Amino acid sequence: MSSIIHGAGAATALSTFNPVDSKKLVSPSRTNLSVRSQRYIVAGSDASKKKKSFGSGLRVGHSQKLIANAAVATKEADTSASTGHELLLFEALQEGLEEEMDRDANVCVMGEDVGHYGGSYKVTKGLADKFGDLRVLDTPICENAFTGMGIGAAMTGLRPVIEGMNMGFLLLAFNQISNNCGMLHYTSGGQFTIPVVIRGPGGVGRQLGAEHSQRLESYFQSIPGIQMVACSTPYNAKGLMKAAIRSENPVILFEHVLLYNLKEKIPDEEYICNLEEAEMVRPGEHITILTYSRMRYHVMQAAKTLVNKGYDPEVIDIRSLKPFDLHTIGNSVKKTHRVLIVEECMRTGGIGASLTAAINENFHDYLDAPVVCLSSQDVPTPYAGTLEEWTVVQPAQIVTAVEQLCQ
Amino acid sequence: MSQNDQKRFDLSIDDASPYYNNNIPSLQIKIRFLFAKRDYSKANSRAPAMALSRLSSRSNTFLKPAITALHSPIRRHVSTDTSPITIETAVPFTSHLCESPSRSVETSSEEILAFFRDMARMRRMEIAADSLYKAKLIRGFCHLYDGQEALAVGMEAAITKKDAIITSYRDHCTFIGRGGKLVDAFSELMGRKTGCSHGKGGSMHFYKKDASFYGGHGIVGAQIPLGCGLAFAQKYNKDEAVTFTMYGDGAANQGQLFEALNIAALWDLPAILVCENNHYGMGTATWRSAKSPAYFKRGDYVPGLKVDGMDALAVKQACKFAKEHALKNGPIILEMDTYRYHGHSMSDPGSTYRTRDEISGVRQVRDPIERVRKLLLSHDIATEKELKDMEKEIRKEVDDAVAQAKESPVPDSSELFTNMYVKDCGVESFGADRKDLKVTLP
Repeated sequence: MSSIIHGAGAATALSTFNPVDSKKLVSPSRTNLSVRSQRYIVAGSDASKKKKSFGSGLRVGHSQKLIANAAVATKEADTSASTGHELLLFEALQEGLEEEMDRDANVCVMGEDVGHYGGSYKVTKGLADKFGDLRVLDTPICENAFTGMGIGAAMTGLRPVIEGMNMGFLLLAFNQISNNCGMLHYTSGGQFTIPVVIRGPGGVGRQLGAEHSQRLESYFQSIPGIQMVACSTPYNAKGLMKAAIRSENPVILFEHVLLYNLKEKIPDEEYICNLEEAEMVRPGEHITILTYSRMRYHVMQAAKTLVNKGYDPEVIDIRSLKPFDLHTIGNSVKKTHRVLIVEECMRTGGIGASLTAAINENFHDYLDAPVVCLSSQDVPTPYAGTLEEWTVVQPAQIVTAVEQLCQ
Repeated sequence: MSQNDQKRFDLSIDDASPYYNNNIPSLQIKIRFLFAKRDYSKANSRAPAMALSRLSSRSNTFLKPAITALHSPIRRHVSTDTSPITIETAVPFTSHLCESPSRSVETSSEEILAFFRDMARMRRMEIAADSLYKAKLIRGFCHLYDGQEALAVGMEAAITKKDAIITSYRDHCTFIGRGGKLVDAFSELMGRKTGCSHGKGGSMHFYKKDASFYGGHGIVGAQIPLGCGLAFAQKYNKDEAVTFTMYGDGAANQGQLFEALNIAALWDLPAILVCENNHYGMGTATWRSAKSPAYFKRGDYVPGLKVDGMDALAVKQACKFAKEHALKNGPIILEMDTYRYHGHSMSDPGSTYRTRDEISGVRQVRDPIERVRKLLLSHDIATEKELKDMEKEIRKEVDDAVAQAKESPVPDSSELFTNMYVKDCGVESFGADRKDLKVTLP
C-alpha cells in the first residue's frame, strides 16, 4: 500500500474543482495535480446555508457534503485514481487508529468506556473485539492514574493512546501531562521518550454546560515538550491520528464534539498528515484568516458572504497548535498583510493570544493593520442556547471584523 | 571552609549539634519504633558488649577512622564465601491478606559484605552531598537518604536489572543501588554535563534506563501511576518482571495511589508498591497525617506486608516474596519501617518536629550499617580493622568521585534546547532573542 505523505508549505496545491460538476458538490480527488495561481470560488453546501453551525451533536443528520477543502500537495499526478471512500469524522479516527494498531503491536488504547462500550463517541468501536482487552483497555474513572499509567507504559516503549472522554476531564490529569508527559524526555537527558497520544473531544457543544464545554488547548499550550494538534475534517483527522501515533513525542490531539459527524470522502490508500503543518483551506489575496477546529466552518461560512461582498480571504487552518507553522502563516502574511485570527479558545491566554504575539514578533514589518483576534468570551459556557451562541464567534462577527480590517 | 566550621558540620551529623532545638511540641511524640524488638539469641551473642563499645566510638566510625582495640593478631582475609548462611530477622513480618514470608533469610558472606560496602558507600555519598550542599555546590532541593540505605541494598539483592524501580525525589541511593556511578550522581547534583541526566534534571531526576531505574520524580505521589504503567507494560510484553513503585508515608495519602492500586488489582499487574515509612512526611508525623497509619493494610483488597526497613536481610526476604507474589497474584503493598537521619531536605534541620534523642536513639539501636557490621563480626566474615579499612577506601572513593565531578564541565548553552523533542525535528526552536533559529521545519 503506497503511503502518501502530504508535504509542507504555503506553496501547496490548491483544491481542484471539476467545473463540469459544479452543480453537484463533490470533494475533489486529491490525486489531481493542480495549478497554483488559479483561484477558486468555493461554494458551500445547500444544507449549511440554513444552519448556523454544523450537525447536531451525536445525532447523524442528513449527510453534510463539505466544501472543497484541504488543499495539500501531492507528489505526482496519479491517473489511476481510486475514488476513495466516504465516511464520518469519528469513523476516520477509528480507521486511523485501527490501521496503526494493526501496524504496530505496541499501540494500545486506554480510556473510559473505550472497550466494550465502543467509546462514548464511537471512535473506538469494534476495536476491543478485534484486538482484545489488553490492547483496548477500559479504565475506571481515574484520569490522573490512567494518564500516569499510559505515560509510565510509554517510558518502556509502548505507545498508548489515552482517551479523555471529554477534554475537560483531563484537567484531573494535568500534573501527569505537564510534569511527566512533557518533561520526562528533557529531565532524563533524553533517556526516555514518551510516545503517547492524548486525545479527546473538547470545545463548546450543544448546551452541554460549563464543565463539559472546555477548551484545554489554552491550558496545555505552555507545557514544554508536548505537541498539540487539532483536527477539523475527516481527512486530517485520520492523517493526524496516524502521525500522532507514529510520533516519538507526546502529542495531544484535540477533537471537537460537534465535528464527529462530518462526512467526507478520503483516499483509500494510506496517508498521514504532517503534525507541524498548517492547511491552506482557501487561498486568497486580501486578508489571512487563521483558524482551527470548529471555527474553520464558521470562517468558511463567513467567507461565502465575504466573497459575495467582493473580498478575497485566505483561510488557513493552523492545525498545529504547538508549535505554530510560522512558515505557512508567514508566507500568507507576507502576501496579504492583514491577519484575523478566529478561534474558540478564551480571549485570555488562548491560542489566539499566543499566535498574535508570534505574528507580531516575527512579521511585524509585513502587517498593514494590527492583528485582530476573535475568540470566545471569557465566561463559563452558559447552558441557555442563546447565551451559548454568543460565547463563541459567529460568522456575522467574522464578516464585520474582515470588513473593518480591510478598510 | 575553616577548620572550625568543618568540625561543626561533622558534629552536627553526630547529633551533638548546635542546631538542637529545645522547642519540642507539647504533644507527645510517639517513638514506638525505638522499642523494636531485637533478637540477639541466634546471631549476636556478643552483641550487647559490642554495642556498648560501639556507642563510645560511634563518632569515630566514619569521620576519624581510628585503630580500635579489637584487631586480630592473625592477619586474615575478608571472607567472600558464597556458601549459604541462614539468618533470622530480628523483627517478625506482619501481613495483611497473605502469608508472611519466613523469618529465616538465606544469604552468604559475600552478600552480607556487599551489603556493608554498598550501604557504607551510600551513607558516605549522602554525607558528602550534605557538605557539598552547605558549600553551595549543590543548589535547590537535596533530599538525603541516610538511614534508609537498607531498603536500597536489600531490594537490589532480591531482584534483577529487568525488574523496574521507580521512586520519588529521595533517589540518590536507589540510583547507586541500580548500578549508577558515584561520579554521575555527583555531577548531576552539581549540574554538570557528565551527570546522569546531563545536568538537566538535578537531585530529584536521576534516571538510568539500562538498569530499569525510572527515576526520580519531584511531585509527591505522581510516580505511583507511572509505576503501575511500567507494570502494565511488563505484563503487556510478557516480561516476567515486576515493578517496585516506591513512595513515602506522606504520599500514601494521595488519591492517585488508590486509583492506581485499583487499576493494578483489577488488571492483575505485577506491581509492588513499597511504602518507605520513615514516620515523617516532611514535618508532619504519621499519626498527625494519617487516620490509619497501618499503610500495608490500606490496600484493603490488596495484600500487604510490614517489614523492618532497617534490616537489609528482612528487606531482601520481603522483596523476594513480593516478587513471587506479584508475578502470580497481582499487586502487593510492602510497608518498610525505616527512618531518615537528615531532615526532609537540606533546608530542613530535622529537629523541629522530632527530638535529637529520638534521632540518636534510632541511630544507636537500629542503624542498618551497624547491624550488618555486627553480623559480619559475629560470623567472623571480617574483622573490625578490615571493615574500617573498607570504610576508609570507600571514603576515598567518594572523595575522588566528588573531586572528579567538581572538575566536570557545565552544559553548553546550546543544551538548553536539546532533548525537548525526539530528534528535535519539526520544531522551530528559538533562542531568547527570537532570531537565533535552532532547528527548522523539514
